[in-house]
Amino acid sequence: MNTAEKAMRGFVSDFGPTAALSMESCVHCGRCAEACQFYVQTGDPRYTPIHKIAPFRQAYEREVGPFALIYRLFGLARKVTVDELTSWQDLIYDSCNMCGRCSLICPMGIDIADLVEKARHGMYTAGLAPADYLGLLAEKEHATGSPFRLSVTKFREMLHAIGDQYGVAMHVDEATADIVPTVSSIDLKTYPGSMAAIAKILNHVGESWTFRTDGFDADNVSLTAGDRDGQRATTLGVVQAATTCGAKTLLMPECGHAFTEMRWEAANAFGRKLPFRVMQITEFLAEGLADGRIRVKTVKQRATYHDACQVSRRGGATAAPRTILEALGVDLHELEDAGDANWCCGGGGGVALINRAAPLRQKAFEIKQRQVEATGMDTVYTSCSGCRQTLDHGGKAAQWNKTVGSLLELVADSLRP
Amino acid sequence: MTLLDFARGPGLQGAWLVMVGGTAWRIAGILLLRQRLHLAAPRIGFAGRVRGGLATVFTRFVPRRTFWPRIAVSVGLSSTFHLGLAVIVLGGAPHIQVIHQFFWLTWPSLPKGLVVIVSGLTLASMIALLFRRIYHPVLRLLSTTDDYLSWLLVFLPVLTGILLSGETIASYRTLLTLHILSVELMMVWLPFGKLLHVKLAFYSRAAMGMNFARKGAAT
Repeated sequence: MNTAEKAMRGFVSDFGPTAALSMESCVHCGRCAEACQFYVQTGDPRYTPIHKIAPFRQAYEREVGPFALIYRLFGLARKVTVDELTSWQDLIYDSCNMCGRCSLICPMGIDIADLVEKARHGMYTAGLAPADYLGLLAEKEHATGSPFRLSVTKFREMLHAIGDQYGVAMHVDEATADIVPTVSSIDLKTYPGSMAAIAKILNHVGESWTFRTDGFDADNVSLTAGDRDGQRATTLGVVQAATTCGAKTLLMPECGHAFTEMRWEAANAFGRKLPFRVMQITEFLAEGLADGRIRVKTVKQRATYHDACQVSRRGGATAAPRTILEALGVDLHELEDAGDANWCCGGGGGVALINRAAPLRQKAFEIKQRQVEATGMDTVYTSCSGCRQTLDHGGKAAQWNKTVGSLLELVADSLRP
Repeated sequence: MTLLDFARGPGLQGAWLVMVGGTAWRIAGILLLRQRLHLAAPRIGFAGRVRGGLATVFTRFVPRRTFWPRIAVSVGLSSTFHLGLAVIVLGGAPHIQVIHQFFWLTWPSLPKGLVVIVSGLTLASMIALLFRRIYHPVLRLLSTTDDYLSWLLVFLPVLTGILLSGETIASYRTLLTLHILSVELMMVWLPFGKLLHVKLAFYSRAAMGMNFARKGAAT
């Protein structure tokens, strides 16, 4: 089987009726382009979301579609070459955040983000994921459980060092615990304060909790790269660790795709319902604030909030961050299109991890820059480290004078004794 | 047998057969694929997959307000075209007679003058949609033979219908023959191209609605 055939097979490997309906229903109205940050910012029609999966149509028609037999018998489906797929790499990876805004505008109800995820699986299977450095990170994650090859020992040392630095008691590898928090590799690399914040809040709540070094990194770079096996291995590693210590709640960090994977896909990989609840950190905080387990001081601050697409639009937790901000007494000035119709920061779906995509990413960031400036706020909070990092980097490149903050850290800093 | 006899008899029967058989085959081929597992616990407060699916079928008729400024032309033209077709097919007296003949259902028709005006608007919107498809960079890139063929096979019945209503360029009999044959051509193509979105749109919207409703996510 040649590279192109591998890619095609990878694309159709788990096609069910929903994905097939998506392939069958497009009327080529082009509205999805108008919802995509990359098309809107560049005007380049290649960035039309449904066009991004165009080469994979032949695989669907030949292998899965209702007239597949006829396509095969008469050789009707166009053959895709490796060169064509290689030239398509920037459409499948660099210019798609899998944010699903296009899925929201589609009059046919086509989940284009899901099709792009399948296309990425095909590309990864054929060895066509961008090596610099999303593909490289996925390979490391598949092999070691951590995209930065962080060993168990090193992670344990890091956690204790963070505990010492921030003056917070760390619980690591305890035999049993009700709550198991996980981390994002971005936090490990860039925002260690978020792990201190989780520890501080869980200590405040007073329930038993522990980080588990045998399954800690929920980031799942493999998902965004398209490595299904790596995605499954990473997910099951975390599930196993939480199951081992009898967790009742598995806590997802401020990371969009980590939540998507663990909340909605992990049970499928596990083969049955998970023996614990999976909560994104904002859901946990909102619930704790509502039932009184988490008590906070009022923050006298005006700010805006950037939704993480996977948490809000595609994850259903749009209300949680707003509940938190209200409980903190933050004077929230919403961005235009806030909530379910928000624009991606430009870094989602692993695009932040593709070095060559930086200029394009910056163009997508400009939408967010304009929106934040329109609110007149100096601070923008978010609950996704990927978004936070993209906004930080975008802001730096644009010499922006706005502060990007973590909602989790804001809560941790506002706890009432 | 005249061509009109053919169009009214075997032609129509054959078109029905292809349309119904082809549609059943295509939809069965989609729905009989192995369903993916959904083992994750639905969001607390989940209103139900069926409700979510049904809601999305209706909400996707009207785009969210936030998208309107960028898609107003697309929505305006396609709405005119779709609503126009509905008025012509369901409001024109001859069409109601045909429907009564086959399905024993009937309802009052709209005034002929109104249907003619709507037909003109429908035709105009179709021509505008075609120009847009040819000249808009995104639509030009996306368009395939199916898009142009499907356009033509819907355009011809509308055009011949307008000509028929005025009995303008040819005899009533000739125009009626052309009109029926053009409808039959459309029926024959319907299961195999984009025209089947008359059915698939509902399935696709419902599938997305069911999937996202269980997540408590926006549909």
